Amino acid sequence: MTEKSNLFKCHKISEGKTSGEVLFSKDGICFYLIDPESGVVIERNHSLFGKSIANKILVFPNGTGSSVVQADGMYQLKMHNMGPKAMIVENADTTLVASSIIMEIPLVDKVDSGFNETVKNKDILEVNATDGEIKLVQKGE
Amino acid sequence: MVKLSLTEQQMLNGDFGKGTQTAMKIQVAIAEAFDAPYMVPISRAHVALSNQEADLWFVEKLVSQGAKCRIRPTVNPSFNWDQMGQITNLSSEDLNIVKRTDDAYKKIGALMTYDCTPYLQLNVPKVDDIISYSESSATPFVNSVYGAKTNRESAQSALCAAVTGVVPYYGYLMKENRKGEILVNVLAKMDSDFDFQLLGYVLPLKIGFKIPVFNFVNKKEKNNFSNASLMNLGAQMNTSGNVAIYHILGYTPEANTLEDAFQSNSIPEEIDITQEDLDSVRDKISAPIGKIDFALFGCPHLTFEQIQKVTKIIEGKKLAVPLFIMSSDPTMRLCEQMGILKIIEDAGGNIISNTCMDQPCWKFLYGKKGVTDSPKCAYYTKRRSMEFVITDLENATYSALEGEVTSDRKKQFV
Repeated sequence: MTEKSNLFKCHKISEGKTSGEVLFSKDGICFYLIDPESGVVIERNHSLFGKSIANKILVFPNGTGSSVVQADGMYQLKMHNMGPKAMIVENADTTLVASSIIMEIPLVDKVDSGFNETVKNKDILEVNATDGEIKLVQKGE
Repeated sequence: MVKLSLTEQQMLNGDFGKGTQTAMKIQVAIAEAFDAPYMVPISRAHVALSNQEADLWFVEKLVSQGAKCRIRPTVNPSFNWDQMGQITNLSSEDLNIVKRTDDAYKKIGALMTYDCTPYLQLNVPKVDDIISYSESSATPFVNSVYGAKTNRESAQSALCAAVTGVVPYYGYLMKENRKGEILVNVLAKMDSDFDFQLLGYVLPLKIGFKIPVFNFVNKKEKNNFSNASLMNLGAQMNTSGNVAIYHILGYTPEANTLEDAFQSNSIPEEIDITQEDLDSVRDKISAPIGKIDFALFGCPHLTFEQIQKVTKIIEGKKLAVPLFIMSSDPTMRLCEQMGILKIIEDAGGNIISNTCMDQPCWKFLYGKKGVTDSPKCAYYTKRRSMEFVITDLENATYSALEGEVTSDRKKQFV
């Protein structure tokens, strides 16, 4: 892999820098329907049902859920250290944006095309939301 | 970079105190996330107070920094500790948090309306008003039915707007972002408010979060929609999805004609929704019919008209299981004044004001099975180990009389 294909530009929503393992979600995320003590998704019919999002770089299409529960879900996960390390979203809505900023969880959108083809579950990423950059540092299994 | 007025810049600098500064900082970050060019003043706000940890943490933080609302917002329900205290034993921990929340919101200058349907009574905007409304069922109502302009604010972002009196200019505040994206031909007859619950729930699963323009092809009265039906439609679209505005062809203010609704001569996409589509979603989200332990209505808060429907069915009879109707305080007082509250209480039911189903005061129902007319109610209580059969309000009321949900079909009554 060339250096170039490891680096993806993105747009900062909530600032911060972190690194961690990637987890893709096909479905939208409602943080309230994630168990705060384990980070496990408890929403039936969800593609991540039974899986933990704790300390992952979570990639998902959009937020779902009411104007209240998103912030509270995130807050409780954060208090238990079971929240995502950073989030990469396709369609950001106000609730998701405001919650991430207030809870200080890095969030970006508008990621370079090619990200979804190149990056797979379990890869290790460095997310620098502040400067709008995502780096693929290690391929997973 | 968002361009701020002199006053807004002073808020950001801290000239108006730390609380206002915090609120403005968050709003500037939101503005930048959405590339908003500047801020605009708001005339109204509604904050989805939730009495949950994050809610209390944030409002107390602003209060401790001396924030005061420039636009006094109405607020969502928590729970009515006086009324619920007579029904169940409230833990001192839950009482403590609900009173702390009450105290903090009073200090910041909120109007303690404790109602999730403020747009029907105490906080009614006009067409083109720029406002900041959180509460996922309130946002679509004020945008769609009244033609006021708000983004789908979170409780916290709306509170920040109430404090600063401005919002970033982006999203649904701009006309071009409010245009319809798909024509939804509803072939089902839609003769009950419950059909609107199901339509609202199924639509985002079918089309994603596009702005729908509804064409109610087979509805008998095309210019008569109950408040409950419109409220249900918006509430459920924001349970299974995230839809801040919808249009109804020939009815809502931005959809006089197809051209109005789509802001164009062409219709980008079209879909048909049938009765089968509505029925299939109910089967998916409802618990199986059978014996029930309680009935819980009012997510969102029942309107006076809905309470009247329930009352007609239970008048002079005895309920087999406890019935709790959540509504606004003004509606409850109206029911009391008109003798409706007494009829409900004589049957063994209650109207509870200022209360939401997603609150710890309902612990005595955990592990039990209830009946409700609201998919939203059933969705959020997954966190609270309550199980619900979902059916229309009339059938749910009959079920409360019998202690059992026996049929999905709506029963005929005089």
